[in-house]
Amino acid sequence: MGQTLSEKVWERHVVHRTDDEPDLLYVDLHLVHEVTSPQAFEGLRLAGRRVRRPDLTLATMDHNVPTAGLHLGITDPISRRQCEALESNCKEFGVPLYAMGHADQGIVHVIGPQLGLTQPGTIIVCGDSHTATHGAFGAIAFGIGTSEVEHVLATQTLPQTKPGTMAVTVDGPLPVGVTAKDVILAIIARIGTGGGIGKIIEYRGSVFRGLSMEGRMTVCNMSIEGGARAGLIAPDDTTFAYLEGRRHAPKGAEWERALDDWRSLTTDPDATFDDDVVIDGTTLSPHVSWGTNPAQTLPIDASIPDPDTIADPGAADSARRALQYMGLRAGTPIRDITVDTVFVGSCTNGRIEDLRAVAEVLRGRRVHEGVRMLVVPGSMAVKAQAEAEGLDAVISGAGAEWREAGCSMCLAMNPDKLAPGERSASTSNRNFEGRQGPGGRTHLVSPGVAAATAVTGHLAAPADL
Amino acid sequence: MLAVQRVQGTAVPLDRSDVDTDQIIPAEWLKRIERTGFGAGLFSAWRQDPAFVLNQPRYSGASILVAGPNFGTGSSREHAAWALQDYGFEVVISSRIADIFRNNCTKIGVLPVVLAHDVVDRLMRAIEDDPALEIVVDVQERTVWVGALDLSEPFPLDDFTQYRFLNGLDDIGLSERHAAAIAAYEAARPSYLPTTTPV
Repeated sequence: MGQTLSEKVWERHVVHRTDDEPDLLYVDLHLVHEVTSPQAFEGLRLAGRRVRRPDLTLATMDHNVPTAGLHLGITDPISRRQCEALESNCKEFGVPLYAMGHADQGIVHVIGPQLGLTQPGTIIVCGDSHTATHGAFGAIAFGIGTSEVEHVLATQTLPQTKPGTMAVTVDGPLPVGVTAKDVILAIIARIGTGGGIGKIIEYRGSVFRGLSMEGRMTVCNMSIEGGARAGLIAPDDTTFAYLEGRRHAPKGAEWERALDDWRSLTTDPDATFDDDVVIDGTTLSPHVSWGTNPAQTLPIDASIPDPDTIADPGAADSARRALQYMGLRAGTPIRDITVDTVFVGSCTNGRIEDLRAVAEVLRGRRVHEGVRMLVVPGSMAVKAQAEAEGLDAVISGAGAEWREAGCSMCLAMNPDKLAPGERSASTSNRNFEGRQGPGGRTHLVSPGVAAATAVTGHLAAPADL
Repeated sequence: MLAVQRVQGTAVPLDRSDVDTDQIIPAEWLKRIERTGFGAGLFSAWRQDPAFVLNQPRYSGASILVAGPNFGTGSSREHAAWALQDYGFEVVISSRIADIFRNNCTKIGVLPVVLAHDVVDRLMRAIEDDPALEIVVDVQERTVWVGALDLSEPFPLDDFTQYRFLNGLDDIGLSERHAAAIAAYEAARPSYLPTTTPV
């Protein structure tokens, strides 16, 4: 029987295998940031261990960094101490670091692909659950905890139990105005927050083939919101065209060798998956989350559901609690919901195409009175590119705030937060209680919906304008 | 990590589904560079409600958390497992536990126990009726026992993780036994694979 793509990538990384232990896998690229690494470096120090492969490790600062007034440094003393710890740890252990202020600094999942470090057929890990982003290139990429970060630093390997496989097939064409973000929100609404637990999802079908690399990254990024260990897409000419010429991509004869290998990275025609999910892409529309987990999502044309009509008692209870937290009433049309803040950014939607989509909607328009809009590029390189294209002038000209690179209001570890009771439309990935600040209420949306919402002051699609 | 062979104690019923790691330990706590002291942040937003289960004196001293399905979804923060352990929990029981959270628990000696939905539900109701209900979780036998309910339920735990729990072994030393295999693998990696060395 044939193999799936994820099985092929997995098999080529097995360093050691026995019947009664998990596979020991080799890690090609280990990305590190300030939040989940300090205790791992401390563990190495206590045990007298070194970093085995600093040349396969890359660190950056993203979660804590401010996105305004960088010349002031980090004013929160606890955040500052964490970034200083990363700086001294990287120096002590010889790990390359793109610190705050560096031209290559940015959200860890934005800079890996941008530098050409994210390559097909590799295994990539990071102490961050959105590591699946890199699966867009046909890599197995997954989030790990701090003990595992320490393990990878020490050995460049990780013991892992082989996950199951899940195919999610979406064929199109997608209707006009439906984006990668809407597709992944619709998938999560279908499979639920636990649907992918213990599995690697392969996204298949014409919709994913037709997406740009940035759109594919948006899809793979949110695999974890469906519970999946990882999510990936087979590499193709779109992938190779994106990679060619990037700083860390292979060059010359090495490029040709790599291409030969990468072209073999597809699921065999006779391979089977443990689970098969099929979604009709032609019927999708812009999606918006209404609750407090990403599966509580509906098309923008829908109304807030009535928990009393939900058959499963657990889901009904969860919906009831969500409506109370979100301050919403059953039956309210989603478009009638007004927002205080619009956030554009994050590892889900902080890349150049996302900023172009936002600028396109904002061009010649104004952010609605009383609405605060933050636009936070995913990396300093994305920021520079946007400024070279004049997007910053459009965005600032419309009355939005144009910021420096970082995770920002996706998880509110830096000064960008919602106040209690404030409501946002956000291009990020999680609408958990308090995610964007204690008591904050989050609606997950695509960049286009975020911009249209900023203009109208209520949840809206660009087509509504 | 310390060895865990058998946990015998009372439990707290957290009757909610989709409890994400942002609820278990909010992001504000993630700025610390220490490894200890996270118990104070456990469920800190929910603990502001006096009626929240952890605030009910009848459940004090519990070492087992029984939760609704999809426990530990979301972020990879190991701080969630550290917070549960620091607070005093040694076992988490749910009908479905998120992957990364589950892995993080097994690295530090918190035992993730998955039981069928109806069994978890029965346990939850029984604990609410009798907070002093004694539960025994046996790692060697991979079984949960509740004498008062005449309940004996096996739970899945792979041999390797069971071995590590019984002997209190963490992974790094175990993987270092394969140093020769790691070196051989490294020597055979294709030369076109990237390095992070600045160019």
